[in-house]
Amino acid sequence: MSKYTEDDLKIELETKEYEYGFYTDLDSETFPIGLNEDIVRAISKKKEEPQWMTDWRIESFRAWQEMVEPEWANVRYEKPDFQAISYYSAPKKADPNKTLDDVDPELLEMYKKLGISVDEQKMMNNVAMDIVVDSVSVATTFKKTLAEKGIIFMSISEAIREYPDLVRKHLGTVVPQKDNFYAALNSAVFSDGSFCYIPKGVRCPMELSTYFRINQAGTGQFERTLLVADEGSYVSYLEGCTAPSRDENQLHAAVVELIALDGAEIKYSTVQNWYPGNKEGKGGVFNFVTKRGLCENNAKISWTQVETGSAITWKYPSVVLKGDNSIGEFYSIAVTNNYQQADTGTKMIHLGKNTKSTIISKGISAGKSQNSYRGLVQISARADNARNFSQCDSLLMGNNCGAHTFPYIESKNPTAKIEHEATTSKIGEDQVFYCNQRGIPTEKAIALIVNGFSKDVLNKLPMEFAVEAQKLLEISLEGSVG
Amino acid sequence: MLSIKNLHASIGDKEILRGINLEIKAGEVHAIMGPNGAGKSTLASIIAGNENYEVTDGKILLENEDISELAPEERAHKGVFLSFQYPVEIPGVSVTNFMRTAINETRKAKGLEEMPANEMLKLIREKSELLEIDRKFLSRSLNEGFSGGEKKRNEIFQMAMLEPKIAILDETDSGLDIDALRIVANGVNKLKNKNNAVLVITHYQRLLDYIVPDFVHVLMDGRIVKSGGKELAYELEEKGYDWIKQEQEA
Repeated sequence: MSKYTEDDLKIELETKEYEYGFYTDLDSETFPIGLNEDIVRAISKKKEEPQWMTDWRIESFRAWQEMVEPEWANVRYEKPDFQAISYYSAPKKADPNKTLDDVDPELLEMYKKLGISVDEQKMMNNVAMDIVVDSVSVATTFKKTLAEKGIIFMSISEAIREYPDLVRKHLGTVVPQKDNFYAALNSAVFSDGSFCYIPKGVRCPMELSTYFRINQAGTGQFERTLLVADEGSYVSYLEGCTAPSRDENQLHAAVVELIALDGAEIKYSTVQNWYPGNKEGKGGVFNFVTKRGLCENNAKISWTQVETGSAITWKYPSVVLKGDNSIGEFYSIAVTNNYQQADTGTKMIHLGKNTKSTIISKGISAGKSQNSYRGLVQISARADNARNFSQCDSLLMGNNCGAHTFPYIESKNPTAKIEHEATTSKIGEDQVFYCNQRGIPTEKAIALIVNGFSKDVLNKLPMEFAVEAQKLLEISLEGSVG
Repeated sequence: MLSIKNLHASIGDKEILRGINLEIKAGEVHAIMGPNGAGKSTLASIIAGNENYEVTDGKILLENEDISELAPEERAHKGVFLSFQYPVEIPGVSVTNFMRTAINETRKAKGLEEMPANEMLKLIREKSELLEIDRKFLSRSLNEGFSGGEKKRNEIFQMAMLEPKIAILDETDSGLDIDALRIVANGVNKLKNKNNAVLVITHYQRLLDYIVPDFVHVLMDGRIVKSGGKELAYELEEKGYDWIKQEQEA
């Protein structure tokens, strides 16, 4: 009997290996495991950083040592042993002066497997890539086109050397060193990441894109991204990631800081597809990220994220609406399957007058996963006429997963207007049968239904990213209807 | 075209179909009528491959090929279409996107390339003109907020797009006013030709004024108890079902 039951589907899903779970044998240089002040200094030295940077790292490290790992999130996991991680790893052959043609062919092959064809991207001619593999940038393209507009887009290590004043002025101003446990750790040991500066009045002519990837076994990766949009400028930044499968948990603690000066607009999009662990919940990436943006007067910051990977996601891209008339937006799709746990959401801090924020969160849970939305909308006493609209929708598949919503609203101004809507639904057998009857197989039917559910957020992504995001949703949820 | 032989089916312990025999040839329109709970919609669902029912005996043949063991989408690929009595809503998925997916999945199953976008657009334009459907309607989310009439028209539009061999219309007339009924019936008539067949499932004779059947079958208690020409439908309309029951018991 060719009857294909849900159970068959479940088995197929469970036996399906992580699509991007391969490991490329790069010749890497890795620091010994463990963390102390010497390691922090060694990282700084390795990266030929100025003294102020070394001091900043040391200061962060000392603060981190005094801090305790947070436990308030709705996630359960075995805490990482921070002394069992190596804090620096670089592909040896990397050389920032090389062109793409000189890049390790094995590395390029790896991108091909991931479907991230750098060549293709180049041909498309509107995506500049700053690829971060194991902490060091290996290829940067389109730098010249950007340079003509005065746009700086490079690895943060380079930026520290080439534009020390600019980096020093802004680094840690949105996410202070001591902001939280993971941010402090990142500040001490960040390996690399991207720096971007858009000058006054400049509209960045292309989508800026970075692909992060964790490759070396047991290597934590601590990216640091700093993006400054000067007055009246505009930039759209894309960040996407995949990681090869590993048995031991890999820690990922990034910090992203966005600064939108008067009248500037930043659109920051993420597609995250790190290894989620196997069907028993073993392995997978721990993704503890601090992302925050600061809006000055009339500025706007939009976070759009599609989170399908990681064993644990702990992430709240936030906007501090400091300036009057500033706007913050958060559009999120978070998918969890098997034993994945996600605690994600946003914080909209309204400080200025006439500030507006919009939150649209779509959570999709399957398998035995737990998916939580946690959001804070805070209206300060002087934030007259602040507005917020929040919508949190959850879609459940099967009977063993969970969806949770934790909205926090704090308003100290009587003129504030805050709206919150929430829905929870389940994919129905009748919906699937309807699709089947039209010739659409169950897996495709689920993908279609999920894409429909997520449409409001997918629409916010730049075109090329939306396509990739749809593919990820399909891969993550194959065969999980219940 | 479609041949059903001694079909028995049940849900749980309850036997709903108790030996259905039906022979539908290409170019024919058959109607199945019967009182509530006779098993009409169950029959439609089972032909389409709904796995909530268990087929305990018998066979369903499409062009002499046994399709009883096939998954619903495989039956669809071979040309079985069911116009649902209660079409479901799929929020965020436009009618166009849904149809594009359905057509391309069917082509994929047949080893064909995806239909190029311009061809798809041409097909959509052609079929929506044929059925007098406003194309704005096609960008709306599938069945979401559709009126009863819109839902049924959308079913017929999908039928037009997919060009099935056998179209089963399950209570297509329910919930339609007379104008909507006429529009839907006209659509079906336009799509009917000598190479396909239509099976109309209905309570009332009214739809059969517009979609004229070659044969009418009466389904009662899971069996076809009487068959005849279109005049049988009028007789049922006039006399109800009780006389057949009495005829059976006699």
